[in-house]
Amino acid sequence: MKILICISHVPDTNAKIPFKDGKPDLAGLTFVIAPYDDFALARAVELRDQTAGKLTVLCVGKAETEATIRKALAIGADDAIRVDAEPTDAFFVATQIADIAKKNQYDMILTGRESSDYNGGQVHGMVAAMLGIPCVVPCMKLDLNGNVATMYREIEGGKEVVQLPTPFVAGCQEPIAEWKIPNMRGIMTAKSKPLQVVQPVGVTVATQVASYEVPAPRGNCKMIDAGNVAHLVEMLKSEAKVI
Amino acid sequence: MNVLIYIESENGAPKKSALEAVAYGAEIAKGQVVALASSDTATADLGNYGADKVLQFAVSGKLEASQVAELVAQAAEAQNAEVVIFAKSILNDLAAPMVGIKLGASVASNVIEKPDFSKGFVVKRSVFSGKAFTEVALNNAKKVLTIKKNAVAMTEKGKTAAVESFSPAITASPVQIKETTQKTGDILLTDADIVVSGGRGLKGPEHWGMIEELAKTLHAATGCSKPVSDMDWRPHHEHVGQTGIKVSPNLYVAVGISGAIQHLAGVSSSKTIVVINKDADAPFFKAADYGIVGDAFDIIPKLTEALKKAM
Ligand SMILES: Cc1cc2nc3c(=O)[nH]c(=O)nc-3n(C[C@H](O)[C@H](O)[C@H](O)COP(=O)(O)OP(=O)(O)OC[C@H]3O[C@@H](n4cnc5c(N)ncnc54)[C@H](O)[C@@H]3O)c2cc1C
Ligand SMILES: Nc1ncnc2c1ncn2[C@@H]1O[C@H](COP(=O)(O)O)[C@@H](O)[C@H]1O
Repeated sequence: MKILICISHVPDTNAKIPFKDGKPDLAGLTFVIAPYDDFALARAVELRDQTAGKLTVLCVGKAETEATIRKALAIGADDAIRVDAEPTDAFFVATQIADIAKKNQYDMILTGRESSDYNGGQVHGMVAAMLGIPCVVPCMKLDLNGNVATMYREIEGGKEVVQLPTPFVAGCQEPIAEWKIPNMRGIMTAKSKPLQVVQPVGVTVATQVASYEVPAPRGNCKMIDAGNVAHLVEMLKSEAKVI
Repeated sequence: MNVLIYIESENGAPKKSALEAVAYGAEIAKGQVVALASSDTATADLGNYGADKVLQFAVSGKLEASQVAELVAQAAEAQNAEVVIFAKSILNDLAAPMVGIKLGASVASNVIEKPDFSKGFVVKRSVFSGKAFTEVALNNAKKVLTIKKNAVAMTEKGKTAAVESFSPAITASPVQIKETTQKTGDILLTDADIVVSGGRGLKGPEHWGMIEELAKTLHAATGCSKPVSDMDWRPHHEHVGQTGIKVSPNLYVAVGISGAIQHLAGVSSSKTIVVINKDADAPFFKAADYGIVGDAFDIIPKLTEALKKAM
């Protein structure tokens, strides 16, 4: 199997996002593979091993994303492609991924269910529409039998078992696999694995960020005495007006 | 500017989130408000919340997102709709970007307010898992939006929508559904006005009876923190947060949840947050509107009683 795993390079989920001059000031933050993408990567490595296939990791991003890409190589991807561009929106990113997929004909393209910066949940659907192949999301289990995949997909209030042949796109989430931590050997070999840098294809600008805003902090939490829960009920009725 | 709204329905009625999407469409349309619904969906509420017209398509089983996208794109073209609106849901979140590609539209997800037309077509959406908002300009002539719950106030317009039938050409999907397990009758997390969630502080799945009782009293959906679903105390689809469901109800009640930043990411756009935790220093209190420091096992039954009396 030829597998493509698309990862986004995002601030660590524990980080508060600092703002400067109305923009997120990400310079001092630690960056990681987005959590859902990390689940997808873990399963991709297992499927590569199972099928004796090849796993390519793809990231659309500038040079600073290379440490994150190397981490994916250390976890087990065989080689990497970096599209050298700012990932301005989902349409831009999806266009780049679809372009590379057309040239390389992957059997499956795995992504996260959504990134943790844009939170668009759009890239996988766009890639599938551009390539004319099916997309399953959120994919919580993915097994292969020949070229037929069996997946669990979450639906509101439950789940579905679905089957489909390759090629496809799957937007993954836990518990598809356990997050993997690179071992020493992985870290060493990652340094010499091929990382190809390619130029982006031209895209018309579909969306543009005009400004950022930080959510207003909540007013001080009103503490209610544990012995007087009726008071909470009153407050929810007359003050918050939510019940 | 015509607006098309895709309606998801349940047991023959539009989902509440779909009616919100109609209300949203009615607020922003400068032309016709067209709702696209399966032919077994009741149409009265669609008119009442602002649809001028309901396009009905015949249903044949469950549609895949790619098929919804075909259907919606064809309807948008037939109706000259410039704006297509979906209510956020698992299926719609996937169908919307696909429609965007088919129509050559700009797409925005997680939209939380009406667009600002003074600057073009600018929408506000949440990013960084709820840690910030951003205003995004949609440049293309056509636009596709998925809106979050509570993006607009619901007002009844008392209109009656004209009903027309619509026969799209839909391709078969290679995705075969082998099995469906779904709990019906429960209030869906993403649709609920009130959500009651439990965390690791509840010690085990056997203690969820009191959470369910509280939720029932409040007509609420139940949620949980990630470790709770990781340990299989509760099903995965109840897990709220950065790597789970993001909710924006009117009231979120968190019981025995510490308030880790990844959990808050899923709940921070709730209107009112109530936290019950035995540790006065639990970080969740800083993100709450009302708090009670105490033992959940003592407080929850009392709270349920007090609510039963008051409601
Ligand atoms: C990348 C990443 C993504 C994540 N995504 C998510 C996510 O989507 N959702 C999520 O929830 N977490 C997520 N987490 C995990 C998160 O960091 C926390 O570990 C988790 O939210 C803690 O769950 P908890 O509050 O139930 O448990 P704990 O942190 O163990 O807190 C239990 C709380 O219960 C209180 N308590 C104990 N006994 C009682 C009692 N008798 N009565 C009242 N209170 C009591 C304690 O004081 C404590 O505050 C993620 C973590 C990472 C690293
Ligand atoms: N810059 C990027 N490079 C490669 N893949 C990406 C990038 N951004 C997003 N993705 C993938 O697309 C998925 C959905 O992203 P999003 O639409 O931003 O929520 C992510 O989980 C990633 O797998």
